[in-house]
Amino acid sequence: MTNILAFSETRLGELRRAGLETVTAARKVADATGGQVHAVLAGAPGIAQHAAKLAAHGADVVLVLEHDAFANYNPEALTATLAARLGSGYRAAFFAASALGHDLVARVAAKMKLAYASDVTEFAFSADSVAVAHPGYTNKIVQRFVLKATPALISLRAGAVLPAENAKAGTVEALAPVGDPAAVRVKVTLTEKAAGGKIDLGEAPVIIAGGRGLKEAANFKLVEDLAAAFGNAAVGATRAVTDDGWRPHSDQIGQTGRLVSPDLYVACGISGAIQHLAGMRTSKTIVAINKDKEAPIFKAADYGIVGDVMDVLPVLTEAVKQAKAGA
Amino acid sequence: MEGRFKIAASGTGIDEAGLKYDMSDFDGYAAEVAIQITEKAGAGEVTVISLGPDVVQETLRKALSMGAHRAVQLKHDAPVSDGLAVATALAAELKDGGYDLILCGRMAVDTQNRSTGIFLAELLGLPVISAISQLNVEGGVVKARRELEGAYELIECPLPAVVTIDEGIARARYPSLKGIMAAKKKPLEVKPAQLGAITYQLEKMELPAERAAGRIIGEGKDAVPELVRLLKEEAKVL
Repeated sequence: MTNILAFSETRLGELRRAGLETVTAARKVADATGGQVHAVLAGAPGIAQHAAKLAAHGADVVLVLEHDAFANYNPEALTATLAARLGSGYRAAFFAASALGHDLVARVAAKMKLAYASDVTEFAFSADSVAVAHPGYTNKIVQRFVLKATPALISLRAGAVLPAENAKAGTVEALAPVGDPAAVRVKVTLTEKAAGGKIDLGEAPVIIAGGRGLKEAANFKLVEDLAAAFGNAAVGATRAVTDDGWRPHSDQIGQTGRLVSPDLYVACGISGAIQHLAGMRTSKTIVAINKDKEAPIFKAADYGIVGDVMDVLPVLTEAVKQAKAGA
Repeated sequence: MEGRFKIAASGTGIDEAGLKYDMSDFDGYAAEVAIQITEKAGAGEVTVISLGPDVVQETLRKALSMGAHRAVQLKHDAPVSDGLAVATALAAELKDGGYDLILCGRMAVDTQNRSTGIFLAELLGLPVISAISQLNVEGGVVKARRELEGAYELIECPLPAVVTIDEGIARARYPSLKGIMAAKKKPLEVKPAQLGAITYQLEKMELPAERAAGRIIGEGKDAVPELVRLLKEEAKVL
């Protein structure tokens, strides 16, 4: 029981970066323990085209589950199939700590009546247990657990393990669904990308976030312009702003919204309420632009500019464009 | 819970001095959504359940003052971070049915495990939809929306069902004075929690590494060139 399973998340036929992170994590464990990595790829017919990429990232075997009923996320059929497969004897299984990964790992654990570790940032395998760390109390505390269940079911926080190539055979095998995947109670009827092909907050290396200091919804254009100047940036917002309907709830960063840690976080007109800081304080570099020099955001920021975002943002956007053009 | 934390001497809990317990945000949304459903239908009853020490009675009273009809405390004095053990106790309480919909928060904001609602559904043999941002219950069918990273999906399942609630649906209302008075007369039953075996135990809590103190580099747009230089040369993110 040394093999490790990695669930490789796809969406609308595309492989997600999180799907490579789980394979990379599984490869690291398998290299240390001598097992094989079995990556699971589920989707509508044609999804097998991504098998080569999983092989390049360390999958010894790619288990392909192709069926029209997997065109959208099919939680009950995936759960039945994965729980049966895992029951045949695996040391561990990695899932992404994404919206779907959180759902799936809990369902598989429930089906197998096992504890699991959620949103894991660190893991260390020993003979009969896995020591894991994951954030708690809205990221203000690191919780350390020992997961004794086998298989050890783990959802991996985005960025905890970065995708790395380490090519293996990646032999493709068909994985038969358990039960009729079309005869399920929970059905996803539509999957749709957010408008504008935006970079997701959880995956963007740079986040430009806006708060009440922008005064009105239309001024978020200044935030979007700065994000566009970076090119690899996503736009986030405070809860005050999403509650007022300036931005969708899916853009909210903080205690009850997304918890992010990009390389660079630029807080524009954000005072830094403790609930907001909970969602972004683990960012590598934090910049704050705010009129009030006493605002708590300046205590969290590496670099602060005291000033009106309406004046500072257009100048910063131009400067970033020039820096990018010169780079 | 609000505020900054200190870790207790045991190393496996927080120092509760000066902290006030409150309903977890997502559980507050779940209570609100349930109350709104019965208000809109002009029928039905909302029962709120909490597992924990006697301090949770305050949280249950809050839900009653928002408009829930009955409350049950599954009494257990030690903190539990094992979602399966908690779900086992909830399932023991709920095994005889008598409900159409079970609503839970998407996660507890303390343990952040996200497991209890899904474990509960499996133990009760019910369909479950997690982390939903919109909900419509009509004609025996649950229709919901879930936010994904940079996308969303629409999901359906039949009643009875379990749903777990994310941002976007509703904010917990502030109880009115009338609601607070009425809540005092509503039933709050206390029973021992029939916890499942605990197999996932917190070993240790740590504070994350403190950020080094930052600095204000200037005022207004004149500070932009220095910021860009620092982002390039010091932080190396540009």
